[in-house]
Amino acid sequence: MKHHMHLGLLFPLVLLLSLRPVGAQEIKIVKDAWLPGVTQPVPITISGFSGEVATVLRFDLEVAGFKFSRPEEAQFEVTGSNSGSVQGALVDRINKASIFSRTYSGGSLRRQAHALADDIVLAVTGQKGVAQTRIAFKVDTGQTSEIYVSDYDGFGAQPITQDQSIVAAPAWAPGQSVLYYTSYKFDNPDVFRHDLSTGQRRAISRQPGLNTSAAVSPDGRRVALILSKDGAPDLYVCDADGGNVLRLTRTREDDSSPCWSPDGQWICFATKNKGRRLLCKVPATGGEVQPIATKGVSNPSEPDWSPDGRWIVFTAQMGGFELCVVPASGGAATVLVSGEDPSWAPNSRTVVFTRRRGGNRALSLLDVPTKQVKDVPRVLGSNSQPGWAR
Amino acid sequence: MKSVKFLNLVVLGVVLALPLVGCKRNPNRITPIPAGQRVGPVKDPGAGAILKPDAGSRGTPMQDPEIGWAPTGTDQYQGWPEDRDFFEAQTVYFDFDSSVVKGSEQSKTGIVAAHLRANPSHAVKIEGHCDERGTEEYNRALGERRALAVRETLIADGVAPERILTISYGEDRPADPGHNEAAWRKNRRGEFLLLTPP
Repeated sequence: MKHHMHLGLLFPLVLLLSLRPVGAQEIKIVKDAWLPGVTQPVPITISGFSGEVATVLRFDLEVAGFKFSRPEEAQFEVTGSNSGSVQGALVDRINKASIFSRTYSGGSLRRQAHALADDIVLAVTGQKGVAQTRIAFKVDTGQTSEIYVSDYDGFGAQPITQDQSIVAAPAWAPGQSVLYYTSYKFDNPDVFRHDLSTGQRRAISRQPGLNTSAAVSPDGRRVALILSKDGAPDLYVCDADGGNVLRLTRTREDDSSPCWSPDGQWICFATKNKGRRLLCKVPATGGEVQPIATKGVSNPSEPDWSPDGRWIVFTAQMGGFELCVVPASGGAATVLVSGEDPSWAPNSRTVVFTRRRGGNRALSLLDVPTKQVKDVPRVLGSNSQPGWAR
Repeated sequence: MKSVKFLNLVVLGVVLALPLVGCKRNPNRITPIPAGQRVGPVKDPGAGAILKPDAGSRGTPMQDPEIGWAPTGTDQYQGWPEDRDFFEAQTVYFDFDSSVVKGSEQSKTGIVAAHLRANPSHAVKIEGHCDERGTEEYNRALGERRALAVRETLIADGVAPERILTISYGEDRPADPGHNEAAWRKNRRGEFLLLTPP
């Protein structure tokens, strides 16, 4: 017992120390004032790595908004090696300054490479990297579908359900290893809460009709969801265990895909008014429904509110499906790339989304400022409805 | 009885590999990588498969005049055989992004309603389906609206609401897996499954 406590206290301390710059050089923070889709990627050059480590570093850095260039055009230079363990040094070539030089230990070489990538992202942007985060998604193999969890880049995908039923809409409880999702296991779309660390799961909403699209509040205490128990798919909110159900909308139309503002005050969702589809928000404790303007695009659905509160990313249907982003208060929408069902990373900058490729769907990662896209390897069949753990 | 059935659920557990954090304060600028939290299913955790037997009220369906008839709970029809072929010719088709039961489809719902009136022990399940041109959760809601709209035509034709179940599959169960208008037209549908007492 005592031994465990000792390790638990020591570990975060070591991590903190390791993040400090080496020597006397200061870390230069590049200003983080990006606008969606118009920011230039940061030119970087890399040498000394091989195999999986090189592949992981390139993938992570491109997702984070870097582009690989010839050394003479690069603003930053990464040198290092991966013999035995990953070593990496970051140099600012323009300001002729060494930023850090580190050796990583423990875990796998893959995880060491992700940690180096995150350190580079932190040093250059001032924002925490997302290379060591996880996603959940739906894997559809035809007649049945299951929930899977993997690293953010699709590596190490593991099935969370094996019910041979239909599942949908996995959503993480913020800061917890807990997923909410829809399952047809009992011949009806019901919402389940599944604790990934204990394996315990529980149906938290089994109302007659539709129970789907669960979204957990930032404090983890409330769940927004779509129910049709009163005659049409409307927006409701309940406790984390399904109790205290409160109805938030009363429409004859179909409401879908709720998400929370990071302060927990608002729930944004997709609905229809007089035949026109739009995004709206409503106070999480009930109140007046207010439209969120998405000027320039039509048929918005699947909103997701960025953790920093600035943006709402969503899908617009205009012939095909387009990922768009709009200031959270509404306004002119920016079309990003073709795709659907976006979910923000904890950095409020990267988005995981679904793309239709041939007859299948697969996941991709988008760096919103630069519009750089990297494809995530497909697990089986179709992969869709990603939710980013944050 | 029913709650016992729910307790029989075999749930998948997940292994949480505890991080091996045997690290020390390190003067050599070594950045330790914690072993990741890995998830994966265990075979059968046994306990923990606790399901709330009945989260909602399953009483008599109510009608909100502005919204519609509340759906019927599935509990009382558990174990009833489902016949998908019986009403195959009565499948109702919808326009793109619409849950309106068109006039051209109402002779079909009329046949289903007449059968249910003539066979008071029978019930019906309506499946609402969509084409792939909507987003997934949007389609799950639209499919439910379609199933409930078909149900309302049966209720208007004199069938008791509690004899009509609905379920939305969104775009998860296409009738035609193609990616063209001909396939989409077949996939925007409401299917009737005849339920007979076991």
